[in-house]
Amino acid sequence: MFRLENVSKIYSRRGSEVRALCADSLEIPTGSYVAIVGPSGSGKSTLLSMLGGMLSPTLGRVWLGDVSLYDLSVVERARLRREKIGFVFQTFNLVPYLTAVENVQIPLCLSGMPSDDQFARAAALLERVGLAERLNHRPSELSIGQQQRVALARTLANSPSVILADEPTGNLDAESRRVVLDFFDELHRDGCTIVMVTHDAIAAEKADRQLSISNGAVSPLFGEQPAKAA
Amino acid sequence: MTLRTIVWKEIWQRPSAVATCVLAILLGVAALVAIRHVTVFAEREVGRQLQTLGANILVLPKAASLQDYYSADQNGMTLPEEHVSQIMLAGLTGVEKLSPRLCVPAALEGAELTLVGILPQAEFQTKEAWQTVTLFQKKAHVGCKKASCGPKPEDSSPEALATQRTIEQLRDHEIVVGADVGQQLRLKPGMSVDLLGDKFQILAVLPPTGTVDDGRIFAHLHIVQKLAKSGEVVSAIEVMGCCEDAAGDLVPQLAELLPDSRVVTISQVVQTQVGVNRLMARSSLFVLVVLVLVGGISVASAISSNVRERRREIGTLMALGATPRFISGLFLLKAAWLGLAGGVGGCIVGVALAVWLGPQWAGVAISPLLDLAAIATVVALTITLLAAYWPARQAARLDPCTCFQEV
Repeated sequence: MFRLENVSKIYSRRGSEVRALCADSLEIPTGSYVAIVGPSGSGKSTLLSMLGGMLSPTLGRVWLGDVSLYDLSVVERARLRREKIGFVFQTFNLVPYLTAVENVQIPLCLSGMPSDDQFARAAALLERVGLAERLNHRPSELSIGQQQRVALARTLANSPSVILADEPTGNLDAESRRVVLDFFDELHRDGCTIVMVTHDAIAAEKADRQLSISNGAVSPLFGEQPAKAA
Repeated sequence: MTLRTIVWKEIWQRPSAVATCVLAILLGVAALVAIRHVTVFAEREVGRQLQTLGANILVLPKAASLQDYYSADQNGMTLPEEHVSQIMLAGLTGVEKLSPRLCVPAALEGAELTLVGILPQAEFQTKEAWQTVTLFQKKAHVGCKKASCGPKPEDSSPEALATQRTIEQLRDHEIVVGADVGQQLRLKPGMSVDLLGDKFQILAVLPPTGTVDDGRIFAHLHIVQKLAKSGEVVSAIEVMGCCEDAAGDLVPQLAELLPDSRVVTISQVVQTQVGVNRLMARSSLFVLVVLVLVGGISVASAISSNVRERRREIGTLMALGATPRFISGLFLLKAAWLGLAGGVGGCIVGVALAVWLGPQWAGVAISPLLDLAAIATVVALTITLLAAYWPARQAARLDPCTCFQEV
């Protein structure tokens, strides 16, 4: 599914260069469930942004299937994200002035689905995550766990084949964390590719492959050949 | 849900910020629309006066001030009535009619109004002293352009006073009532009323003219002089020339004939108004510049700050697949609604202000000009869209990775 070829990301800060990420080759096959762990500032979010087509590498190529992501135009990458990739954020990133159902409708609206169909699909997804009674509640009227479930429903709206999750359990209590991880398990069983950045050891254990990232270098956590440093 | 729904919901999320922005646009548009309305109608009024009264000359007391042609006779000063005879006897070329007037304050059924004494034209024919002069032999003015200006075809009905400013017949105890007075006091032809202690019968109620004459009552000059105990005086003498050229030639002759009087043409009377109109036209340009600067800066600042506040939301929308066009559309559509609300609101307030203040500012009745309102709304919309373009473009170019960061 994902393939990183001689990828590096270098930021310039006050005249000096900071290498945020470097990987000679990293492959994430279709249907895999990968957890990426590492300390703050190690490059986890850089890797996730790059996989999501939102941050171009300084060098190298990022492939999604047979498409080189950064050879596409900005508009084409936006379309690809809309069709294939779902994001889960640590702080949920719900739009505060929209209701739960409207938040879930956003990806459907972006893909041009008619309004009535959007509502029906969004309501069904919220029902699936146990929020059928909360369709018209705004994020501020929902608990933290409920907000993450709305965010999950929004992620699933366009039936993505890849889920990129940034610390999805970071702000959750034990029960809400269990609900989110169970959801990921279910999606993984359905063939979805999941790449999850996490500090949470319990969450990382759920994945079938764990990678570590430190100073921008990606390496396997247990018994796997490391991605070659540039 | 559509882009429009998102924008609409976001606007209602921050009503105070939106209201401030709309108010800045609304005030600018309202000022622009109000000033332009007054200017347009004041210019039309000047044009109308020049068209209908272009051949008229006013003979006024020397110290009389000039604000408005129709109320020029209401300055509290008087001339000897014998000036009428002097003009008649001088036999000046191009003089078609004379209309001496005396204005005195009066009250009718508790309403204060102006009683105007006028001399019916028939009396010019019958007055012995004047029968010998040539005025009514229509001494021709060489190269007369009567068709374009000057007295209109004769109409002997009393209602003709409204347009011709003269009346053919008016008996001693008959009055003609202005439109507003007639409406206000529900007066009808044939009714009797008491004025200055005497009884009068209403001969006619004039049609509306949009001038001070609507609030006046007209009676025979000599009766008014008698009741007001003013002596044989008049407030003004209106001299109707045969055409505008004749009026121009008559002014120096009349000034020479009546050295203790002030002789003016309608062009001179409206000069002040023309100056005011010019000033108003310049003011509207100034207001337009202020609208562009204040409204534009206000919108640009509001949208820029909105973009900064919503960086995380923008990043999230981009992560969910929003294109740069969709993101910039969020802000441009918001700006368009602000511009439209400010523009339409400003037009309504501006027209209301103009209708209310127009008669007081410029002495003209004002009605809404739809094309002007439409232009003002389009200008407001264009300004807001231009002002929002840059911040909207910046939003579309934001780094989508902000969705992963605490902003």
